[in-house]
Amino acid sequence: MAAEDPADASRFSLSRRQLLLGGAAAGLGAAAGIGVGDIVQGRAGSGVSQMIPGRPTPTAATGALESGVGLVGARTVDFHGLHQAGVAVVPQAHSVFLAWDLRPEIDRDGLVRMMGILTDDARRLTQGTAALADSEPEMAGLPARMTVTFGFGAELVRRGAGESAVPSWLGPLPAFGIDRLDEAWCGGDLLVEVAADDPTTVAHGVRMMAKDLRSFAVQRWRQDGFRQAAGARPEGASMRNLFGQVDGTVNLVPGTADFDSLAYAAEGWLAGGSSFVLRRIRMDLDKWDKLDRSGREQSVGRTLSNGAPLTGSAEQDEPDFTATTAVGFPVIPEFSHMRRARSEDRSQRILRRGYNYEQLTDGAVESGLLFGSYQADVTAQFVPLQRRLDELDLLNEWTTPVGSAVFAIPPGCGDDGFVGETLLG
Amino acid sequence: MCDSTIPVAQAVRVTSHARLTIRTVAAVSLAAGLLAGASGCATDSSTGLPAPSSTSASATTAASQVTVSGTWFKAAKKADMSAGFAVIRNDGTQPVVIVSAASAVSDMMQLHETVADDSGTMTMRKKEGGFEIPAGGELTLEPGGNHVMFMGLNQDVAAGSDVPLTLTFSDGSSVDLSLVAKDYTGANEQYDDSAGEASGDASAGAEMDMGGDQ
Repeated sequence: MAAEDPADASRFSLSRRQLLLGGAAAGLGAAAGIGVGDIVQGRAGSGVSQMIPGRPTPTAATGALESGVGLVGARTVDFHGLHQAGVAVVPQAHSVFLAWDLRPEIDRDGLVRMMGILTDDARRLTQGTAALADSEPEMAGLPARMTVTFGFGAELVRRGAGESAVPSWLGPLPAFGIDRLDEAWCGGDLLVEVAADDPTTVAHGVRMMAKDLRSFAVQRWRQDGFRQAAGARPEGASMRNLFGQVDGTVNLVPGTADFDSLAYAAEGWLAGGSSFVLRRIRMDLDKWDKLDRSGREQSVGRTLSNGAPLTGSAEQDEPDFTATTAVGFPVIPEFSHMRRARSEDRSQRILRRGYNYEQLTDGAVESGLLFGSYQADVTAQFVPLQRRLDELDLLNEWTTPVGSAVFAIPPGCGDDGFVGETLLG
Repeated sequence: MCDSTIPVAQAVRVTSHARLTIRTVAAVSLAAGLLAGASGCATDSSTGLPAPSSTSASATTAASQVTVSGTWFKAAKKADMSAGFAVIRNDGTQPVVIVSAASAVSDMMQLHETVADDSGTMTMRKKEGGFEIPAGGELTLEPGGNHVMFMGLNQDVAAGSDVPLTLTFSDGSSVDLSLVAKDYTGANEQYDDSAGEASGDASAGAEMDMGGDQ
């Protein structure tokens, strides 16, 4: 009975998991109509494995066509672990950032209930299984490397465990001269980031989260970002921003000691967690149009063709800041973005995860970059970097920060836990 | 997760949405099933519980041969009606029949089915004889279909709360479940108790408006 109920996606997961893990394989594998899955390991050390599931097929003959092996939509990222999966995962093509303000009556007990539900939703949806009470369970069937990442604002931490639990850096960033912040894009008690390689999958995840948050919080803002489509370029390749620049070249690499010490916090309830800064950077494309090609390349210090430093030929070449032109000027200008962003202090590095955005605002298209960054400590890593760019960065001529928010990113959880348990548990 | 040394007690505790314990003699045979599942590293990804052996030769009760997953409850206010949902699979070789339900949050409980009345309106009513699940079969309790009806809550049940539910089978064995409450605005079928036995203080023809959007 109810054998054809599409809502019961859990049965598919069960069969698949049993096959993959070898348990009960003898019994289930003999049954016709169960596709065989395939496991692909993610980047070494990233803690991310990607499962390409098979799906039940009506006959062996059509199995190859319908197995789904290799399809973008079928890929999954493990949900459980020491860290939330969305920090280190190779950025998906689409991401929606949602900030919520807690309802006044939500206390510590309410936060436990809220994070329990949200974690359960994320646990299921990221593995291609419908959430409980999912009104559109069929939309959960293409996880497309979905991750759901939760972040806490100062007010949530305060209500959960008191003032002493609030990290010193959790709150508005120091004011920068270049900022023209609109409160509509700032702050928030709770961040939910839903990211996947399929925008329909993201939409469903966002809808499910929003429904389950109704009695706990009110949406404060929503920002939608995109990168190159899944499969358009080799996975992990730098994206282009809407200025046409190769963006995100120098970054922390998951699985390295640098990544573990600079991206993740080590102490207290945040051990294994991180901090997340989201800056909404408006880009003036009309003004940018007036700049010639060499001016564009000098503004950042890299070529437009492949993102190589102006002193090199390939994207990953190390820049030579001492090189000078025939008339004695630095090849990579002192005022260039790359020069200004780089610190001699290696501890001041961050993990960047930018997304492009375009939005119709007051009848005009606003374009820009959702600059997201993870770091163990906002004050120690992000702020000095941003100060240098605030003082001097030619790119500031064409870019304006209009939104800013900071969140504590709790560590991940095991399969019997919930995100936030180290604060609320 | 794939660790054959995992203690049974830990294996049973691994889920927040479908904590499942079996009373009396059933506990023994289920534990045996869990051990078998754990040693093969097969895990039900929906419940987090090791998948039970499909041949429970030692099963002596209905409760010992079912697997429950996807348990949830429609969050509602005190005095409201609400309902519980789950997927119950019968892994045994004999049919099982769920004959009653009980919960600390509602003094009166019923097993309901949803059918179209003469005018085509979907109406829920008491399921005579309970829910039978054939050997190897699966019962889906879901909005708009079969469900466990909480006729009147004796307390508010907010989203994210755990709701206890005991399902009792025709042989007297039972399973204790924990249902997570979720805000849900569907499941607004008409309620008609005229076809069933007298059901106490529930008024005939009442609409099941269970709070939903708060």
